[in-house]
Amino acid sequence: MSEQQRRTPPGPGGGPGAQRPMGFGGPGMMTMPGQKAKNFKGTLRRLLRYLKPYRFRLTIVFLAAALSTVFGILSPKLLGNATTTIFEGFMGKLKGVPGATFDFGAVWQIILTLIGLYLFSSLFAYVQQYLMAGIAQKTVYALRKEANEKLARLPLKYFDGRTHGEVMSRIVNDVDTISGTLQQSLTQMITSVITLVGVIIMMLTISPLMTVILMVTLPLSFVVIKQVAARSMPHFKGQQQAIGEMNGHVEEMYTGHKIVKAFGREEQAIEKFEVINEKLYNSGWKAQFISGIMMPLMMFVGNIGFVLVCVVGGVLVTRGSILIGDVQAFIQYAQQFSQPITQTANIANIIQSTLVAAERVFEILDEPEESTDVAADSASATAAGLAGHVRFENVSFGYKENEPLIQNMNIDVKPGMTVAIVGPTGAGKTTLVNLLMRFYEIGEGRITIDGTDIRELPRSELRSKFGMVLQDTWLFNGTIKENIAYGRAGVNDEEIVQAARAAHADHFVRTLPEGYETTLNEEASNISQGQKQLLTIARAFLADPTILILDEATSSVDTRTELLIQKAMSGLMKGRTSFVIAHRLSTIRDADLILVMNQGTVIEQGNHEELLEKGGFYADLYNSQFSEGSTSQQVS
Amino acid sequence: MLRLLRFLRPYRYMVIMTMVFVLLQSIANLYLPTLMSDIVNEGIVKEDTAYIWRIGGFMLLVSAVGAILSVCASYLASRAASGFGMRLRSSVFRHIERFSLQEFDKLSTASLITRTTNDITQVQQVLNMMLRMMVMAPMMCIGGIIMAVSKDAKLSLVIIGAIPILALAIYVIGSKGIPYFKTMQTKIDRLNLVLREYLTGIRVVRAFNRTEHERARFDQANQDLTATAIKANQIMAAMMPIMMLMMNVTSIAIIWFGGLRISTGHMQVGDLMAFLQYAMQILFSLMMASMMFSMVPRASASALRIHEVLTTDPVILDREQAEAKKTRKSGEVIFDQVTFRYPGAEKPALSSVSFTARPGQVTAIIGGTGSGKSTLVSLIPRFYDVECGSVRIGNMDVRDLPQNTLRSIIGFVPQKALLFTGTIADNVRYGNEGATDEEVEQALQTAQASDFVAAMKDGLQTVLAQGGANLSGGQKQRLSIARALIRKPEIYVFDDSFSALDFKTDAKLRAALKNETEEAIVIIVAQRVNTVMDADQIIVLEEGEIAGKGTHHELMDTCDVYKEIVKSQLTEEEIA
Repeated sequence: MSEQQRRTPPGPGGGPGAQRPMGFGGPGMMTMPGQKAKNFKGTLRRLLRYLKPYRFRLTIVFLAAALSTVFGILSPKLLGNATTTIFEGFMGKLKGVPGATFDFGAVWQIILTLIGLYLFSSLFAYVQQYLMAGIAQKTVYALRKEANEKLARLPLKYFDGRTHGEVMSRIVNDVDTISGTLQQSLTQMITSVITLVGVIIMMLTISPLMTVILMVTLPLSFVVIKQVAARSMPHFKGQQQAIGEMNGHVEEMYTGHKIVKAFGREEQAIEKFEVINEKLYNSGWKAQFISGIMMPLMMFVGNIGFVLVCVVGGVLVTRGSILIGDVQAFIQYAQQFSQPITQTANIANIIQSTLVAAERVFEILDEPEESTDVAADSASATAAGLAGHVRFENVSFGYKENEPLIQNMNIDVKPGMTVAIVGPTGAGKTTLVNLLMRFYEIGEGRITIDGTDIRELPRSELRSKFGMVLQDTWLFNGTIKENIAYGRAGVNDEEIVQAARAAHADHFVRTLPEGYETTLNEEASNISQGQKQLLTIARAFLADPTILILDEATSSVDTRTELLIQKAMSGLMKGRTSFVIAHRLSTIRDADLILVMNQGTVIEQGNHEELLEKGGFYADLYNSQFSEGSTSQQVS
Repeated sequence: MLRLLRFLRPYRYMVIMTMVFVLLQSIANLYLPTLMSDIVNEGIVKEDTAYIWRIGGFMLLVSAVGAILSVCASYLASRAASGFGMRLRSSVFRHIERFSLQEFDKLSTASLITRTTNDITQVQQVLNMMLRMMVMAPMMCIGGIIMAVSKDAKLSLVIIGAIPILALAIYVIGSKGIPYFKTMQTKIDRLNLVLREYLTGIRVVRAFNRTEHERARFDQANQDLTATAIKANQIMAAMMPIMMLMMNVTSIAIIWFGGLRISTGHMQVGDLMAFLQYAMQILFSLMMASMMFSMVPRASASALRIHEVLTTDPVILDREQAEAKKTRKSGEVIFDQVTFRYPGAEKPALSSVSFTARPGQVTAIIGGTGSGKSTLVSLIPRFYDVECGSVRIGNMDVRDLPQNTLRSIIGFVPQKALLFTGTIADNVRYGNEGATDEEVEQALQTAQASDFVAAMKDGLQTVLAQGGANLSGGQKQRLSIARALIRKPEIYVFDDSFSALDFKTDAKLRAALKNETEEAIVIIVAQRVNTVMDADQIIVLEEGEIAGKGTHHELMDTCDVYKEIVKSQLTEEEIA
């Protein structure tokens, strides 16, 4: 629910020269105080580094912001002068001073100056915002780009260890938060500071006494901000917690709707929901109420200042120690004064949450990368004429440091051999794939292909020798042609069709209304699971690898397509070293080598006959497939 | 948006009081400049210090009252808005719980989740803002105009002239900028899509050495988004400066024309100063309103989505006379000429399917994907209703039974093992809340789950992380089987529930089940021939139609489709 911290729209009067009427604190709804950045300074410094290329433009932005603010600050004083002139003319008339007239010439002069000031102020404000748009968006562009490029260098371990949602939220949502801050809060911060300083200076020049009086209200504002924040905090936390709980419950109940229905548990689901809902209501309204009080209280503090200025100013005017226009200007300054204070309070929160977001992005950037590849040229010598001889020599491996999965594994796969990997689900069959393709690094020992340690090959070189057809087919939102062509860059249509034909996919593709130009939708649900398999096989054909890794489909494919897939696969396997994660007995039995895996380890290896004779796990597994005497005549 | 406001009904007095408080508070705030003008006109001009102090004290009082009113309004507004949110959430959730799977298919689970959570929060937030600000803005505006006119009607023309210009400026910029913000959203979606595809296919991307290609794809989406975002923000950059300029020019105009009127004796200086404040208040409230209006479309999109949920009626309801006919005889499950079609589908998913599943027998259903196996079994607990024909249990059409009664006699094990947050014991007891510890143990035993449960540190009390993420697929399936077993139902439905089990466990489990389900009707959907070979009756489905019915041996002789399936999975000797 990062949505919760939705930033408020740019507050009115965020710009300079805002003459705030009494009674508006702006919709400065307090942003929820979020987590604290772990390393405030470091992260800030690092984030600022991204702005470096724009330092020239940023200087202009700051300059524009400063000028626009300064012009804005000057104007109330001038406006006050106009009032004074009018007032003097009025008093003169009232007191019957002879020759006292309204000096409209002077007023006109002031007004012309004012219009100039306002125009410049607005112009600079526009320039500042306009430039900042470019800077902010280009900065986050670079950030996103860098994060994405980093992904390409991260080991697979990183992705297996977390959900896609988490990675995406860092690259998209968190970067978005940063962009919002750069766009709005950065310049706001500058204008706030300048306004604060400028206003204090202007006020001091008008009347130090009144300034001091106004300052008295300052600590009051701080007390209000602090108190309100402290009091609403636990409720915000409670609300956040309840929202989390509620989302969890809703998600669970909806995804498990079928079960809830099947077991008739709707009532219990509702009951639990209502309990959470009640909790959410209780902390929700309190959080909202208390933070909502902030505005009227700040307004009240502002009004106290206003009244004090009116009264003291009035008294001073009657004593003649101050001009009436100055009082008017002072009132306007007083109003501008309280605004940056609230804004700064808000900005502190925004910066905090921005840095948290930045930290999360930087975390990705700081993840340890895959070891760098060896230089390509040293490998190219061995790469030529790869035959597909794969050896595991004393290989040890574990996903976690202290939990070895594979120990001292030795296998020798001669070119063209078919290796079947069998075992119960979750036995770690994908582990072998991970090691072969060097998605994960082995602990000890070495894996060689045609005598070369795979660590001495550049990854791209190594992987181009492999073809992979997995059960969870991966197709992307593009045409069928593009999806097949994914196997190799720069192929022509003829080659694509040939690959499709070899994979027995050509026929079904042609039955589609748009043939090879058919666009697969986001979930690729416009073709069947089996058809997807065929496409991935076509992709592998096109890639023309030396070594194959295949995943035999078990389920969710209709029988006809399954036959096609089988045919396509055996076509693909011809003449290539193949590792097959096998489910079909015929495949297993025909394999040159069977690796029996259980709980992540290869516990037996050999061919079908050897393993049966051994009477071990494999024999057990094999025999158990036929339950009590249905068709139990076994091969010996 | 408006249609949802009925959920605000119980809070209508609160809402009315909020408005009253906001109105009073606006008046209090508008009164302050008037008092200030009195200070100038009476106090300063006549040099009456005591008067200044007196009015000053009064002003303080007025602002204190204003603050109190505002606090009250805030209290009521947050209670009303939160209460609204609570009631709305509650009825949406209750409503969705009544949905059949058909509505879930139609609206999609993910979307229903967002609608229940984010969308409602969105609407609630806007309502809260609206109650406080949207009421305030017009009141400030109207109040300000009234005060201004009462001070000096002629000078008010300046304000009245400024309002439409400001409104026009807001409108022009807004109508130019907002489309860009909309496109920006689609560009963000695109970026998300590219990234998600990359993440899900990362093995493939790397295996084919296409990292560079993916990088380019992302970069393009990224550039696209950036260009639009820059454009959008650049347009919006004009908004604030123009509004500020308008306001400032208005105040200059007021000083100029006010000065002229003072010189002719039509107006006092204090009035001019008050007038300036009124003008600012009016223009400010306009800006505020414009801000609010930009929030409303977002909320109304959410409101529309919620409304859609609430107006979607579940198609499966208990028949009125269902309760009355509680006298139900147990007996076989009969499919009688059942035809079923998913809503909007061209071809029926099942056509004219007839068979009988008898107590004490195992009925297996086999067929390729899309042949309608899962659809068939989901008609038994009435997840969907048939188009024609009927599904009967004993003598009763399933549609004539209350859904609760119907489902209480069925032990359903879904294709995808779904578990809930809680302990293992909780999850098993989901099937039967009153089950004793022994019964839980027994069910786990039968489901071949007791070994791995015992191996866990906390045994039965092991807490499953969200949906059982800390278990393997096979383990989850076994727990979901135990959950069905503990109901001791009359009818067992296993919807391809053994797929994640290895051959050995599969066989053991089926053997154990046999003892457990002696009296019951067992219906098994499977892909593997091994799983169904022993069944008393095998139904072979192809494209929604029954292609064969009988035992393994009968079908081997009569049914080509079955033979084809068997051939693809077993070798000659195994078939024999």
